[in-house]
Amino acid sequence: MKVNTENPALVFEEKPLVLGDPDFNKVTTDICQISEMPIKKTPKWWWIAFTISGILAMNLLVMIGYLAWEGVGVWGVNIPVGWGWAIVNFVFWVGIGHAGTLISAVLFLFRQKWRTSINRFAEAMTIFAVICAGIFPGIHVGRIWVAYFMFPLPNQMSIWPNFRSPLLWDIFAVGTYFTASALFWYTGMIPDLAIYRDRATNKIKKTIFGILSLGWRGGNRQWKHYEVAYLLLAGISTPLVLSVHSVVSTDFATSIVPGWHSTIFPPYFVAGAIFSGFAMVMTLAILARAVLPALKNYITMDTLERMAKIMMVTGMMVGYAYSVEFFIAWYSGNIYERFAFVNRAFGPYWWAYWTMVSCNVIIPQLFWIRKLRRTIPVLFALSIFTNIGMWFERFVIVMSLHADFLPSSWDYYKPTWVDAWTFIGSFGLFLTLFLLFIRFLPIMAISEVKGVLPQASPHYYHDMPPAGKGAING
Amino acid sequence: MGENRKVQGALAEFSNPSEILHAAEKVRDAGFHEWDVHSPFPIHGMDDAMGERPSPLGWMVSIAALTGVTGGLAMQWWMNAVDYKLVIAGKALFSYQAFFPVTFAMGVLLSVVTAVFGMLWLNKLRYHHPVFSSDNFERSTDDAFFISILAEDKKFDPKKTPQFLEEIGGINVELLEDE
Repeated sequence: MKVNTENPALVFEEKPLVLGDPDFNKVTTDICQISEMPIKKTPKWWWIAFTISGILAMNLLVMIGYLAWEGVGVWGVNIPVGWGWAIVNFVFWVGIGHAGTLISAVLFLFRQKWRTSINRFAEAMTIFAVICAGIFPGIHVGRIWVAYFMFPLPNQMSIWPNFRSPLLWDIFAVGTYFTASALFWYTGMIPDLAIYRDRATNKIKKTIFGILSLGWRGGNRQWKHYEVAYLLLAGISTPLVLSVHSVVSTDFATSIVPGWHSTIFPPYFVAGAIFSGFAMVMTLAILARAVLPALKNYITMDTLERMAKIMMVTGMMVGYAYSVEFFIAWYSGNIYERFAFVNRAFGPYWWAYWTMVSCNVIIPQLFWIRKLRRTIPVLFALSIFTNIGMWFERFVIVMSLHADFLPSSWDYYKPTWVDAWTFIGSFGLFLTLFLLFIRFLPIMAISEVKGVLPQASPHYYHDMPPAGKGAING
Repeated sequence: MGENRKVQGALAEFSNPSEILHAAEKVRDAGFHEWDVHSPFPIHGMDDAMGERPSPLGWMVSIAALTGVTGGLAMQWWMNAVDYKLVIAGKALFSYQAFFPVTFAMGVLLSVVTAVFGMLWLNKLRYHHPVFSSDNFERSTDDAFFISILAEDKKFDPKKTPQFLEEIGGINVELLEDE
């Protein structure tokens, strides 16, 4: 930030959100050229990545087929650990989705304009992550063909679902979350799809994007309703994103299992979700910047640094939750609760607990150093550590089951190869969808980026001396 | 220009957000109704410049939210306490506390759907629109700013309206005609 001497009214000059001082047309071409290249010219990295993730996604289908054929015995779940990797993966993927909604809704309400460069693909990430999440509860019911019992549909037993069950709340919360995220994503994309329609070089593209953009003509009579709709969606999605992971946490918190039956769960889960989601956005943003150099002017070092700061804050919230849990276990005087926590840290799963603490609490402390927050390899490594750590957090929580009230039923849970390949397969599905998205759809909210350029403001043209141009970025 | 082509309106280009904002004020003051300002992004202050009323979408979504909440709660009450009485651990058949998460989700679901489809409905979008007959209009989503006045407007005149658009600073003024 430097002092603006030309225009005393604007004391501080903020750094531009988009580097390289592009005009409107430059923004359009920079982003559009990524997905407009002909199929034959698709870069090699895309084909390699797409082939690998496609094979892994197929492998997910095979694993689901095998599970449906053989039954849940192919997984490592048994009594007392009746919930294994399926629930761990479910919570992991739903959590990742939360960063997308946080960026698109919460940061929008807080007028954080730097979000415009990352919101589109963060939203896409949300949708794909929720798809991956939705698979696990769907398949862990065992008899996949009667999964529709979870919905309030008339059925041959004339019985309705039990609305007191947190598992049913999950169906509604996650189902609503997916619908809201998908609609939000699509609404944001309509003006950009119209850009693709207007730039289309052949009739097929023109028709496809013409239909997808629904006849958008950028009239102010449309922008008027559009902006209100966008604000409303952001306003509705904000409590939604906080509620979804709270509901997910009630899957655990409403039970009587020591280590689960706790009121700290909803806020603790939400903070963890945002933490893990930002880590995934960071991972994807850094990879996207590496393979698509045009993005570097939009996803700037400042954007990455801001994300690192959010990760540090949410990481410390999670660390605080870990310590409060321990304190309450001791303070409650409940011997089962106390045992559950000592067992987490020093019992048979000590290695998972300390992986979690190292990745989520200790390593992110490096973000206190500004130089490290602005070094790409460090950011990338730390985002991977967080992804791992947050997966282990859910594993640690679920493993509370392995030593319950009755010592004779204690057991050591081990996943099988089917568990492992199903999880790896979900990454395949996630990446396949993501690669298709960056290949064919607008990866960045083009019209929103244009809206935050200094020359988008009508005041830019007469009220401002030329030297003060950068000042209205903020 | 064929003889039997029907004039659908007039289109003028403006070079930047500031110019089009002032031009819009003049079109508004001239008393046109069937016209619009087309820009690649929403321009701050344009609603006032056009004399537009606020969007009714907020009211529509409020009604939807109330409907979703009421309907969601009523559904759970009817299903678990009336149609098939489900006794779970001897608890009351109906309690708003336990039914809150689903009620909330139903309120959100209906609001979101209404916000998006209500917006699309209010936008009166259509695949064929007179402005799309202009080749120059393809730049409206990229970096150009346009004002269109449709022939449906009572004050529209195929000769005077293009002149008017030029007077207020429009360039590349053209008549929009059937394909």
